[in-house]
Amino acid sequence: MLQHFEDLLGIETLTREQITFILDQSKPFQEFQRHPLKKLATLRGKTVALAFFEPSTRTRISFATAAARLGADTMNLQAESSSLKKGESLLDTVRTLEAMRPDGIVIRHSSSGAADFVAERLETPVLNAGDGTHEHPTQGLLDALTIRDRLGKLDGLNVTILGDILHSRVARSNIHLLSRFGARITLCGPAMWVPRELECLAPNIRREPRIEKALKEADVIIVLRVQTERIHEPALAAEEYILGYQLTGERLRLAREGAPVLHPGPMIRGLEIDPDVADGPQSCVLEQVTNGLAVRMALLYHLVGGAPADAPHPAKERSHAAD
Amino acid sequence: MLLIKGGRVIDPASGADSARDVLLDSQRISKVGPDASASTTGAGPKASDIEIFDATGLIVAPGFIDLHCHLREPGQEMSETIETGTRAAARGGFTAVCCMPNTQPVNDSASVTRGIVERAAAHASVRVWPIGAASMGSKGEALAEIAAMKDAGIVGVSDDGKPIATARLMRQVMDYCRSLDLPVIDHCEDPTLFAGGVMREGAASIRLGLKGIPAESESICAGRDVELALLTEARLHIAHMSTRGALEYVRFAKKRGMPVTCEVTPHHFTLTDEDVRYDSRYKMNPPLASRQDRDAIIEGLADGSVDAIATDHAPHHPASKDVEFDHAPFGITGFETALALGVSELVHRGKISLLRLVELFTVGPARVLGMERRIASGQPADLTIFSADHAWTFRAAESASRSRNTPFDGRAFRGAPMATIIGGRIVYRRESAAKVAD
Repeated sequence: MLQHFEDLLGIETLTREQITFILDQSKPFQEFQRHPLKKLATLRGKTVALAFFEPSTRTRISFATAAARLGADTMNLQAESSSLKKGESLLDTVRTLEAMRPDGIVIRHSSSGAADFVAERLETPVLNAGDGTHEHPTQGLLDALTIRDRLGKLDGLNVTILGDILHSRVARSNIHLLSRFGARITLCGPAMWVPRELECLAPNIRREPRIEKALKEADVIIVLRVQTERIHEPALAAEEYILGYQLTGERLRLAREGAPVLHPGPMIRGLEIDPDVADGPQSCVLEQVTNGLAVRMALLYHLVGGAPADAPHPAKERSHAAD
Repeated sequence: MLLIKGGRVIDPASGADSARDVLLDSQRISKVGPDASASTTGAGPKASDIEIFDATGLIVAPGFIDLHCHLREPGQEMSETIETGTRAAARGGFTAVCCMPNTQPVNDSASVTRGIVERAAAHASVRVWPIGAASMGSKGEALAEIAAMKDAGIVGVSDDGKPIATARLMRQVMDYCRSLDLPVIDHCEDPTLFAGGVMREGAASIRLGLKGIPAESESICAGRDVELALLTEARLHIAHMSTRGALEYVRFAKKRGMPVTCEVTPHHFTLTDEDVRYDSRYKMNPPLASRQDRDAIIEGLADGSVDAIATDHAPHHPASKDVEFDHAPFGITGFETALALGVSELVHRGKISLLRLVELFTVGPARVLGMERRIASGQPADLTIFSADHAWTFRAAESASRSRNTPFDGRAFRGAPMATIIGGRIVYRRESAAKVAD
């Protein structure tokens, strides 16, 4: 088991040691992505259920690919599928999936707490692939891996998060994770999306409505996706957002030199981020995607495969064999 | 006849708190005194006709009234019926309950009211006093048949579950109800601020990623209602008040001598938004409030600003609650834990006296309804007998309610209802009562 936890529901409940362990376990899987033959037999005979109750492209493909590269089979449930449209309850749906005996369930759902709800009622290990506006722990982990690779460390960073923090599960997972490593976090965005209670999430969080001030001294910048339309709230004009909060090259120069820029995707060029920045040397967007595979392989290996923490690493074994 | 012997009689109307016996005939209290059985030796009934209830070590109070509950009949019998709901109410020490009109169909006409009254006469364990809808279908458009419902037995009007929709409609309801001398009970909420929220907005909602409802959603509507009560001179009662802001408006109105009252639920004086987990048993409306608001409400209970404790007993069938937090209906059951929470959380923690607690369950709610509640000869023989010390653990699975949606399952209490007496008849008696009396 992965250092005494059976499910991955959020970052908030993880210790610094557990996070470091997952990141360290992801490293050999990063190398592995460059291999010409990307298939291990580690999880051969295991099945991973991908229960995506909310539309998702990148996270679903990433988990499916991670499972395939470990040799596992996958069962797919997608938001468009018929049982959901027929009004079956979440509990009945996941119990039906569990009855097909998967070895792990990856769940994405639009309601906060859905992964906790399912994990409490099932025996099968549950991996949260994003629940409502609560957490997106694998995104938090892949972002941390990306930052650690770029800067050589995770400790004591100045991190600036830009955008709609209130509605972002990615921001919550980033905040919980980076705070474990002593980050000073600056939240910047339109004031109605950056309520003061966000400061209670962790120590050393501050809100700064002016982007120029928020970017000063930043070691890392995380740009969030922006939805200008919201169901229950008045909309904000895209032009208004761009004026105040778009990450442009000029603004980026206010941060520490070479500060990595992360974006969880999908990215809307020209809205939250200037295309030049998105394609520039500081952008980590594609590394994040590749690292997502590595992190998800490490998690599936331990949670679904039930590998003990000190087991020899399968990707290392493989590279030795190939040598 | 029934003789309640050896109990500590607490009668908030007279302020009396002393050891007395109470003798009941079939409908009324016939005698209260240091030794009420004395009369039986004279011209009164023979000793053999008298059933004796040994209340040694117990408190004898006027019958408890619950101003706010949902019995789900007609229309939602999967969750509760008048029979099961009132059996739970009797186990909770309540002798009368006011059931909200959000049934299917909505209780917005005399025929629905009569149906409830008839069902209650045939199946209820306690007295059932219906509350009628303020608007047709509680839709917030046209006025309901309020006068006809009054003739059929309603004791107040409300569109509970939602606020009375607009200030204009509220004004009309108030004007009309003033002429009928009925209280207008409002579920205070600004729907545009409520906006799909599922818990109180604050640090906890931010952490859980659950959509928050600001406290001002309640206080803004309470402010509107108090202004309109000032205009119309109507009797306004604010249901399940959960915020300091709304309490301040009630205080303002009371200071001016307006007939404005309010109630508080046991869960709002016990729990806060910090207790909320991804468990729909913590989802109710109004939602669990901030610690500051909870403390303000306890102050209000202590200083007299709050008139009544009401359960807002809201049963929901397990299948409807065992879903994602976002999708679960609002509401929790409350009859069987209300008194125990009052004794444990308010009295034993030194927030209010036992006399005040009894007042909040009896004289307070009676006053909201324009009634009185006393232990004196000639008064209705409705009594609640409880223990302030009895230690027990609540098990939702053993509840008389048809539903199980309560966050207090498995909670240990000190204090429990021991017997519920209506019209001189014991309708509920706790099995362990005899043991405690030893």
